[in-house]
Amino acid sequence: MCQMEKELQAELVSPETVGPGTSEDVPECAQAGSATDTMRLQIASCSRNEQFARVVVAVFASRLDPTVTEIDDLKTAVSEAVTNAVIHGYGGEEGTIYIEASICGRELTVTVRDEGVGIPDIPKAMEPMFTTDRTGERSGMGFAFMEAFMDQVEVRSEVGHGTAVTMKKRMGG
Amino acid sequence: MGEVSFLYEAKGQVLVIHLPKEFDHHNSRDLRYETDLLLSENYVRRMVFDFSRTVFMDSTGIGILLNRYKQMQRSGGTAAIYGANAQIRRVLAVGGVAKLMPQYASKEAALMG
Repeated sequence: MCQMEKELQAELVSPETVGPGTSEDVPECAQAGSATDTMRLQIASCSRNEQFARVVVAVFASRLDPTVTEIDDLKTAVSEAVTNAVIHGYGGEEGTIYIEASICGRELTVTVRDEGVGIPDIPKAMEPMFTTDRTGERSGMGFAFMEAFMDQVEVRSEVGHGTAVTMKKRMGG
Repeated sequence: MGEVSFLYEAKGQVLVIHLPKEFDHHNSRDLRYETDLLLSENYVRRMVFDFSRTVFMDSTGIGILLNRYKQMQRSGGTAAIYGANAQIRRVLAVGGVAKLMPQYASKEAALMG
């Protein structure tokens, strides 16, 4: 059974809070006059956390002053990635999903990572309508949705070690 | 977060499915089983999906809608949608459901077809 509260961790890291020289793992942002803000979230791999994950990323992105449509798009894409991690990455078993979001200029980058089974053939997995699900209830459109609702989607995966999906979207005009 | 239950409403040969606020993987786990049961026990000619309370849907919803659509098609029935907001309409379009299932503004219109 999923224990949401127990396994939930979130932190907000910005250059101001960590101070100069200590931000070794905060993503760099070359944008002039723009500090990188980073949010990290760890959730237990269970379906009830999908909504929480997409809402947290949406709240973090709100500092870009996005349109309602941009926020909806982001929530949909994050939901797809987290659902994939729950269903396919961990196959419904226990696990932790790591979400990191950062802002550089007007661009949001969000990475959803699992330490699950991994994807043997990424191009195949990303084909619209392709699914390994046998219940017949999954549309196979998860990656297609991420690509439709975000500007850029990148998938890294290693069989037996896990999958990381990184998505970028320019928001707020 | 606890809101999972669907509400089903049978009106003659029409089955109305009132979808949850967040129509995602978590909140739709029982929908397949429940609708299969309803379809086996009732003569349903038309399936109507009520999105009027729904604020979010992802591709999980698309998978479910497409399957129910195919089910209805096989038995010579029809399927329709009403009450979809802008986010839902966008997802329906991207997911290819918009061109398969007619959308209506009101329940009455959707029931009539």
